[in-house]
Amino acid sequence: MTTVPMSGPSGAAAADLTGRSDLQRQRLRAAWMFLAPMLIALAIVAGWPLVRTIYFSFTNASLNNLSGAEWIGFDNYLQIRTLSSGRVLYRGLLADPAWWAAVWNTIRFAVLSVAFETVFGMIVALVLNANFRGRALVRAAILIPWAIPTIVSAKMWQWMLNDQFGIINEIALNLGLISQKIAWTASPDTAMIAVLIVDVWKTTPFMALLILAGLQMIPGDIYEAAKIDGVHPIKVFWKVTLPLVRPALMVAVIFRMLDALRIFDLIYVLTPNNAQTKTMSVLARENLFDFDKFAYGSAASTMLFLIIAVITIVYVVVGRVNFEGGR
Amino acid sequence: MAIIKKALFYLLVLVIVVVSVFPFYYAIITSLKTGTALFRVDFWPTQISFDNYTSVLTSRNFPRNVLNSLFVSASVVILALLFAVTAAFALSRVRFRGRSLLLLTVLAVSMFPQIAVLAGLFELVRGMGLYNTPFALIFSYTIFTLPFTVWVLTTFMRDLPVEIEEAAIVDGATPWVIITKVFMPLMWPALVTTGLLAFIAAWNEFLFALTFTSSEVQRTVPVAIGLLSGASQYEIPWGVLMAASVIVTVPLVVLVLIFQRKIVAGLTAGGVKG
Amino acid sequence: MKLRKKLLALTALFALGAGSAHAADLSMVLGDTGTGAQFLREVLDKYEKDTGVKVNIVTMPSSTTDQFGQYRLWLAAGNSDIDLYQTDVIWAPQLADQFVDLTAAAKDVVGQHFPSIIESQTVNGKLVALPLFTDAPALYYRKDLLDKYGKQPPKTWDELAATAKEVQDKEREAGQKDLWGFVWQGNAYEGLTCDALEWVKSSGGGQIIEADGSISINNPNAAAAIERAKSWVGTISPPGVLAYQEEESRGVWQTGNAVFMRNWPYAYALGNGEDSSVKGKFEVTTLPFAGDGNQPAATLGGWNVAVSKYSKQQDAAIKLAIYLASPEVQKWRAIEIANLPTIEALYDDADVAKAQPFMPAWKAVFQSAVPRPSAPTKTKYNEVSSKFWTAVHNTLSGNGTAAENLEILEADLEDLKGSGW
Repeated sequence: MTTVPMSGPSGAAAADLTGRSDLQRQRLRAAWMFLAPMLIALAIVAGWPLVRTIYFSFTNASLNNLSGAEWIGFDNYLQIRTLSSGRVLYRGLLADPAWWAAVWNTIRFAVLSVAFETVFGMIVALVLNANFRGRALVRAAILIPWAIPTIVSAKMWQWMLNDQFGIINEIALNLGLISQKIAWTASPDTAMIAVLIVDVWKTTPFMALLILAGLQMIPGDIYEAAKIDGVHPIKVFWKVTLPLVRPALMVAVIFRMLDALRIFDLIYVLTPNNAQTKTMSVLARENLFDFDKFAYGSAASTMLFLIIAVITIVYVVVGRVNFEGGR
Repeated sequence: MAIIKKALFYLLVLVIVVVSVFPFYYAIITSLKTGTALFRVDFWPTQISFDNYTSVLTSRNFPRNVLNSLFVSASVVILALLFAVTAAFALSRVRFRGRSLLLLTVLAVSMFPQIAVLAGLFELVRGMGLYNTPFALIFSYTIFTLPFTVWVLTTFMRDLPVEIEEAAIVDGATPWVIITKVFMPLMWPALVTTGLLAFIAAWNEFLFALTFTSSEVQRTVPVAIGLLSGASQYEIPWGVLMAASVIVTVPLVVLVLIFQRKIVAGLTAGGVKG
Repeated sequence: MKLRKKLLALTALFALGAGSAHAADLSMVLGDTGTGAQFLREVLDKYEKDTGVKVNIVTMPSSTTDQFGQYRLWLAAGNSDIDLYQTDVIWAPQLADQFVDLTAAAKDVVGQHFPSIIESQTVNGKLVALPLFTDAPALYYRKDLLDKYGKQPPKTWDELAATAKEVQDKEREAGQKDLWGFVWQGNAYEGLTCDALEWVKSSGGGQIIEADGSISINNPNAAAAIERAKSWVGTISPPGVLAYQEEESRGVWQTGNAVFMRNWPYAYALGNGEDSSVKGKFEVTTLPFAGDGNQPAATLGGWNVAVSKYSKQQDAAIKLAIYLASPEVQKWRAIEIANLPTIEALYDDADVAKAQPFMPAWKAVFQSAVPRPSAPTKTKYNEVSSKFWTAVHNTLSGNGTAAENLEILEADLEDLKGSGW
């Protein structure tokens, strides 16, 4: 522990620094002091509610009577009962087809929306990174979708997607894209598309802005050099831009992914109760608050947490997200 | 060739702007309509009536709700950035055991559905006596702003060249000085960007704001908008709703316009040469 | 430095706002910010003048599921900041444990109200809420169009479908391209439970779960009723009706694009507004039924007031609840904001009839009112309703026949019921 090296330094510089263990110890102490406020804040604001929810998932708690919750083990997750006739019954979240449908809906939604947002976000970021007149206004304009509160934009789109007096049907009809008015949010075939359109529209700016911040930290002279060498712009993008912007991109993707996997309010306003778009969070809410199954809803939340954790770990490993810094 | 390229580029810009702005434009048109006209599709304003705006702005509490939102969001951003910058320094520039695990734990906080922590947070807020105060919101919003700001700033800080820091260490600078005097100036784009995103996230939050406040003077803008209703139970006042949405979106656009020079300015090529 | 001072001052200002509610004041929450809240303010101002008790209003979004979740959470945490809750008819049995029993306090006045409403608010002999006003849907029809083609308002569902089809086709030929025969609420939500309960009940198919708790929904009459509704979708009703809630139907109706509409009384005044395309062209009647000895059915809606068990001033709160449900306030309410009274005598009141000429027409509608099965299913009502509207919505969108879906529904409900509701 006495020879904790600084991140990144290599060669002579590192060797030079490792000698000063006093300095290192001071740095380490400073590091923990710097971490403390953040950790304490998170422990209070997140720790307690998380522990509570996980605890309730192992009880028979009802929202009408939280203090009277009794421990029932894993019954909310999986309960195997053998009837007197010898038939075996499976009950609980893991045997609930509605839950697995929600898992599938959520994953499909998350993968599709994040993929579209990444591509569009990259395009928008590249455009904004270029120098052109009116760039300031364009940047403000693309942020508008992100700036509108979700409940408002959901309602706005619900209005625009309305089958009778919605403007989307009107435009599509005029352009000859559809032959008759479509009930976007009602029909099982289009409900997911409607949700995807709105989500991609709303969150692409988030992606674009984070990627843009990454792009702007790339030193300009790299591009100069590539230009002088006559490298094709597309090649520059794949060989220079993408690798350099990758850390920022990976973080943006991971946060979008976490958000998408937990998606709630958009679907709750736009297509509530539609079986094709019911996600894990919507199902959890239904059980937690609408139905008298608080414990079951807590179990769903906990499972949602575990599923996201697994996906994240896979992503971190496969995507080789580098925690240690350095390139 | 160059002209075609330029034309295509501007076409792309145009498409991006139209797609981004059209729904907002449509909201503005809708906000200028009243009554049955709302149910008709129009591409251009056919009727200009500011009734919806006056009814929003003269409603007793709306200006106060805007102030609440500003206060809460600004406090959340200041707090989140303060905690995150210091934490990011520790997480990116100091090597210690368990660092990756710590980063993952911070991330894990973002993995829990908001709806699931609602009950626990509510007990906490009441237990701490914060119920129905803006501090309940400032406190609870850290749950989604902090992990995000910590992560983004950690990534950016990690990529800053080590030589700058070494020079400062040689000059005898303490970590605090390194952060404030050396890193912060270099990190403006990242700070402004994450700050802005955190601000917007806090500005738009609905569920916590609805649950942790009960009086109209304490409510924030999204809740105030959610509470706009028609004269009767089932009626949805689209016109007023859109007017209110336009009003609350404008400050954010202004904010972006103010800060964007910082976003663009970025790093001067010389400053970061590694 | 200056900035810091300003920030401090601002912080203090915001902190102050929090403590301004006095302990002696009562707080009442309601999910209405429109005329309902304005009216309540007026009533409470008068109450304050008469009794000296000050009451604060807390408002919630009007979406009933949003409200219900919040109230549940507040009550679960024993929130003592709210003394009175304005509750939907279907909530009382689910929140019964958290509300004060009003039986003793209201024993002199319950007799004035419609017995069926009092019954719907009574759980295991405990009166959990007092009715403020009631709500029941009706069939809106375009008198001008029916007259044009020499039609009478339909008595049965089949007459409705035939008339709607004929008028719709003829009007479309005449150039009214966007006209539809019948709009209603087909989105998968509580409103569909209301609509479908009416179809089923008025076809002799029972009321999903009977008062004694037995599950009756899986029967041929119920299946036929839902199949009948399915035949409307795409013929006399727009395909999008499967996403309609009250407002979407009203939108189509009020722009003059529907011959018939099933909706609540609120659409009456709005339909006669200055800018409405159907102003003066429509009337209301009771909803149709299936014929052969059946009766029309209208799902019972309406709002009540309940007192929180966690209130620190229960006596004052109960007094206020009784005042709000009194004939005096209900009459005032009927005259000023056209809410239907729960006190039968008020329907024959001359002042009410004069101020709201449509109200006597609703008396007939109201007599055919049918409650949703919230009393027998208690805390499981929301889940029952969700399973029911899902089965109906599946059938309507062509996902299985009514008979198949109702069979599955019955099995699901049996599971949910277990050894008893």
